[in-house]
Amino acid sequence: MRVTQGCFSYLPDLTDEQISKQIQYCLDNGWAVNLEYTDDPHPRNTYWEMWGLPMFDIRDAKAIMGELSDCRRIHTDCYIRLSAFDATNTWESLRISFIVQRPADEAGFMLTRQEIGGRMMRYETRAYGLQKPEGARYGD
Amino acid sequence: MMLDHADPAMRPTEPIDLKAEFAGAGISEVLDGLERDLVGLKPVKARIREIAALLLVERVRQKYGYATEAPTLHMSFTGNPGTGKTTVALRMASILKALGFVRQGQLISVTRDDLVGQYIGHTAPKTKEILKKAIGGVLFIDEAYYLYRPDNERDYGQEAIEILLQVMENQREDLVVILAGYADRMDKFFTLNPGFRSRIAHHIDFPDYENAELLSISDTMLQRQNYRFTPEARAVMDRYIARRRERPYFSNARSIRNALDRARLRQANRLIAHDGLIDPAMLTMIEPEDLLGSRVFLEADTHAGEVDT
Repeated sequence: MRVTQGCFSYLPDLTDEQISKQIQYCLDNGWAVNLEYTDDPHPRNTYWEMWGLPMFDIRDAKAIMGELSDCRRIHTDCYIRLSAFDATNTWESLRISFIVQRPADEAGFMLTRQEIGGRMMRYETRAYGLQKPEGARYGD
Repeated sequence: MMLDHADPAMRPTEPIDLKAEFAGAGISEVLDGLERDLVGLKPVKARIREIAALLLVERVRQKYGYATEAPTLHMSFTGNPGTGKTTVALRMASILKALGFVRQGQLISVTRDDLVGQYIGHTAPKTKEILKKAIGGVLFIDEAYYLYRPDNERDYGQEAIEILLQVMENQREDLVVILAGYADRMDKFFTLNPGFRSRIAHHIDFPDYENAELLSISDTMLQRQNYRFTPEARAVMDRYIARRRERPYFSNARSIRNALDRARLRQANRLIAHDGLIDPAMLTMIEPEDLLGSRVFLEADTHAGEVDT
């Protein structure tokens, strides 16, 4: 099951050239670009690992594409997302965030139902990937 | 022959209007600005015009498929302190941006401290961090010879040099490196690090300023801050420059700037001490006594090792 989140989630995955153009757009606006990765794709998991610090003071997309390729090389089977932070007064938050890498094989989610008192139903989504320990969830 | 490699379909069929290309790149404004804003530096300006012409022709050649690879643009600026190396580097960044040889055109100015770490494993990330900032623009390394310390073979500078050399070779289209420093020490640095010499295409030497040029620079500096010399003060400044040059640690335009800063300080003190009302015009006037208070005049003989005041 293809996990989607953030901007462009309705589009096919962006090519590197398209990613690079998005990054340059962010930099031209003076936003700080940040890379994060995780192997827990649950939609409510907001705590992704940071790939270094947010990249302030960078002017050209090529520098960030270099970091992205390093991150991809090391975290081959993780989700990687790219976000850009706008420090302008009154914004002070993320302006854009999108997925730039996903594992080759996305296991998807299991839906479990739990009957509780009064025939009430409780639902839980659980990523199949999470059955393995952290770091071994995707790939081989 | 280059022509044999060119794609025949790309070959020009009509004459090329280089002048129009020149105007279209917006480069003549940058060059005129250089001519207008910077006093003296004739050989430097001439060299920059040459380089700009070369780059323009290179760009046209690229357009017609004659040029096969990105030209080497790394430079070395040699000259005494205060001769305008950083200022010219900034202009160079705009020229390169105007011609499309760098994508963003920012100038990142660094010294040894910004590149070299303090312990093992600290240097590479530090250097790479700076390089990341400089990508798409110009990396200006001031006093580059400090990177290499031949007396200490464990010095981490060597590591920074290796990373720089690699980037200068492999990412030529991403950033331009300008090394700057005193002429004699740079020469020695290049002899000890032949890798740098061979990767640098343009060596530009910055001459010292003449006294008259320094006087005209001081006029401009004051003008920018809305001050001016009285005619007598200007004559004193002329004498000051001649005397200051003889003293230790003379650094051309920078010494002049410092002297003017101190003259403004004395002017302010003079105005505060002034009894009665002040004519607003006095706020902009530098009088002879503001300059004559300098130690350069107070002390007949110079003491070696003393910094100017």
